[in-house]
Amino acid sequence: MQTNSPAVGTGTAFYVDNTDYYYGSFQAVRDVTLDIPERKITAFIGPSGCGKSTVLRCFNRLNDLIPSAHIKGRITYRGVDIYDKGVDPIDLRRNIGMVFQKPNPFPKSIYENIAFGARINGYKGDMDELVERSLRAAAIWDEVKDKLKESGLSISGGQQQRLCIARAIAIEPQVLLMDEPCSALDPISTRSVEELMQELKERYTIIIVTHNMQQATRVSDMTAFFNAEPTEKGGKQGYLVEYAPTQTIFNSPQMEATQDYVSGRFG
Amino acid sequence: MTTADSSKDLNQISDSASGFDSNLAGRYQQDKIFRIAALIATLAGLVVLGFLVFDILVDGLGRLLQNFPSFINSFPSRSADRAGVLSALVGSILLLIITALAAFPLGVGTGIFLQEFGGDSWFSKFVEVNIGNLAAVPSIIYGLLGLTVFVDLLFNVTGGRSVVSAGLTLALLILPVIIVATREAMKAVPDSLRLAGFALGSTRWQVIWEHVLPLALPGILTGTILALSRAIGETAPLIVIGAATFVPFLPTNLKDSFTALPIQIFNWTSRPQAAFHANAAAAIIVLMVLLLTMNAGAIFLRNKFQSER
Amino acid sequence: MFTNPQYGIFVLISATLLTSVVALLVAVPLGLMAAIFLSEYASRQVRGWLKPILEILAGVPTVVFGYFALLAVTPILRLFVPGLQTFNGLSAGLILGFAILPTIASLSEDAIYAVPQSLRQGAYALGATKRETITNVVLRAGLSGIVASIILGVARAVGETMIVTLAAGQNPTLTLDPRVPIATMTAFMVQVSGGDVAVGTIKYKSLFAVGMTLFLITLVLNIFSFWFVRRFQEKYE
Repeated sequence: MQTNSPAVGTGTAFYVDNTDYYYGSFQAVRDVTLDIPERKITAFIGPSGCGKSTVLRCFNRLNDLIPSAHIKGRITYRGVDIYDKGVDPIDLRRNIGMVFQKPNPFPKSIYENIAFGARINGYKGDMDELVERSLRAAAIWDEVKDKLKESGLSISGGQQQRLCIARAIAIEPQVLLMDEPCSALDPISTRSVEELMQELKERYTIIIVTHNMQQATRVSDMTAFFNAEPTEKGGKQGYLVEYAPTQTIFNSPQMEATQDYVSGRFG
Repeated sequence: MTTADSSKDLNQISDSASGFDSNLAGRYQQDKIFRIAALIATLAGLVVLGFLVFDILVDGLGRLLQNFPSFINSFPSRSADRAGVLSALVGSILLLIITALAAFPLGVGTGIFLQEFGGDSWFSKFVEVNIGNLAAVPSIIYGLLGLTVFVDLLFNVTGGRSVVSAGLTLALLILPVIIVATREAMKAVPDSLRLAGFALGSTRWQVIWEHVLPLALPGILTGTILALSRAIGETAPLIVIGAATFVPFLPTNLKDSFTALPIQIFNWTSRPQAAFHANAAAAIIVLMVLLLTMNAGAIFLRNKFQSER
Repeated sequence: MFTNPQYGIFVLISATLLTSVVALLVAVPLGLMAAIFLSEYASRQVRGWLKPILEILAGVPTVVFGYFALLAVTPILRLFVPGLQTFNGLSAGLILGFAILPTIASLSEDAIYAVPQSLRQGAYALGATKRETITNVVLRAGLSGIVASIILGVARAVGETMIVTLAAGQNPTLTLDPRVPIATMTAFMVQVSGGDVAVGTIKYKSLFAVGMTLFLITLVLNIFSFWFVRRFQEKYE
């Protein structure tokens, strides 16, 4: 549907420049430097507590909702500093969609689940057409086309998650952030979501957090491995160990910790 | 953070937004209005409460202080100036005692039964649904129940429109609250404690009596005091039971007729003369002091309870 | 009065309806908005202050509210409302509204507070503002609890006695004019009881007839509430 210019589509989407992530005075993740390519799937892997979700939630500034959360450093999207005071988080989130760990459809009809985001953002086109297009793009249209008026909670978990993906792409974002999108799903639903991701990356930049290394090898082009180490105060601090093409991370990583993790020695 | 700036910046990064007109400025305006409306709604209740307290103090404090302590230790009188709340205050305290003695054991017992022995039987579910229902039943209906059961059927025991009939009626009224408070307090006791008791070979009753109840007791007492303070402010059921409005003596036994502070307030408020209205306000102050004392006791217990845990 | 065969109990029911509607017009919007403020906007400290104050409001004996409605609110309202009489449904209904406001606010807040954070995040992630998130998603998700709180508020408004007895009067009139004296079902019961009813008389029986009607109304409200919560409660994992 979009006519993104190829020039933009091959460049860098996000550039994270030497950024630290804080909750209050607690430094949750330190020293992250990354560039996320456009129209590729980038996977964040690592043991729990390594801060991969925290990093993800700063790309659409969802962490702004936690009053104590803040960053030190610079995250740019297509060259614009997303934490600049001129950037409105609401507008940012319209452009950076997100899918969550557990399917979280709204307690509304399937149709309204899709239409909600478009309506609040002042969609000017034909709503019926948008709903159908979004559901088709999320490969769920055939399953729900006869029950658009039924509750979004009435369908199976896998269908709910694809509904949430459809909801996210209905507002025509450029990026999809996916926070362990398959962790609550059975293997068959997981496969359908993974196949969908391969289709979606034609048009969207995708960043996926996953604790499932097989999933990272199956779907992603780039992989960032985060690790955690205990802090003096007893918490855990995450840091980026290695960031490279997925093939490299899983076959010939530079760092020993990465090698240990991907071969299943810890985590 | 001006919206003009933001839209400019985001146009830079948005290349697919053509189908949307986000109208951020307008939406932020709506947000602000909504937030302010919510704040005003919250403050409205507080303003009314403040005005109520102020109004009653202005109306009644003068009378209370000017006639102190005669307002407290005099009987009602046809002359507003010489009238006091002695019989009403004593009546209220007597009701408090009777209600507590009747409602506490019965309510706590039912609560223990439902929580520890009830399980998922149809009976406990039935009782539970009924208890839920009773919370919405108007207090005046309890008055009718008391009128039928205690005043009429048990006339020989209660002496009819007596202080004991009224106390038992109020006990019925707050029974559901005490049952719920008991269950909540017992739920809060960790299961590990019960298991530890059983592991030591205690019987079910011993575990409840020696381990669960002592920990749950402060919570139960807090709930009971709050329920009692509700009972003590009740007027309607007492009127239906047949509280007297003019009682120039102190009850000497439980079958005596009685009055209570809310009844006295109601009576004085209904009279046309302003002098009696001042009496009503002064009696409200006495009632509120009584209620605040009880509530402070409940808060004290709750805090003590929380700091021990 | 009540025995007037022309109107019967409907005079009393209409008066109860009038005061309850006025009360709900006050209590539902204010209570719901207060619940939203406490749950979604107030900081922890502010919430820690406001909730106990609302509990105090809930603990004020209704006879005190009755005094306040009759002797403080009505005189003030008379400055603004032409034709307002000493006893009227307007003043009684207004203060009745504030008496049931804490019930609606507190139970609605529980329902709103229990809405999973993931739903809010889902809305924010679509670029919703806070208000859009609350009105479109949070309120919808908490609907069953909110409606239950409102129904309990209705039941309390219908069954409340002292405010309407003192401030609305004891004068059975078939009217929906909020400025004139009326007698609600509960006020009628107080009036009859106050006159030392002898067992078995028509008056005694009418007391029970009105009481039974009142009880049935609250019972129906309760059953509806149970049904509604079961029917519309969303199950979240």
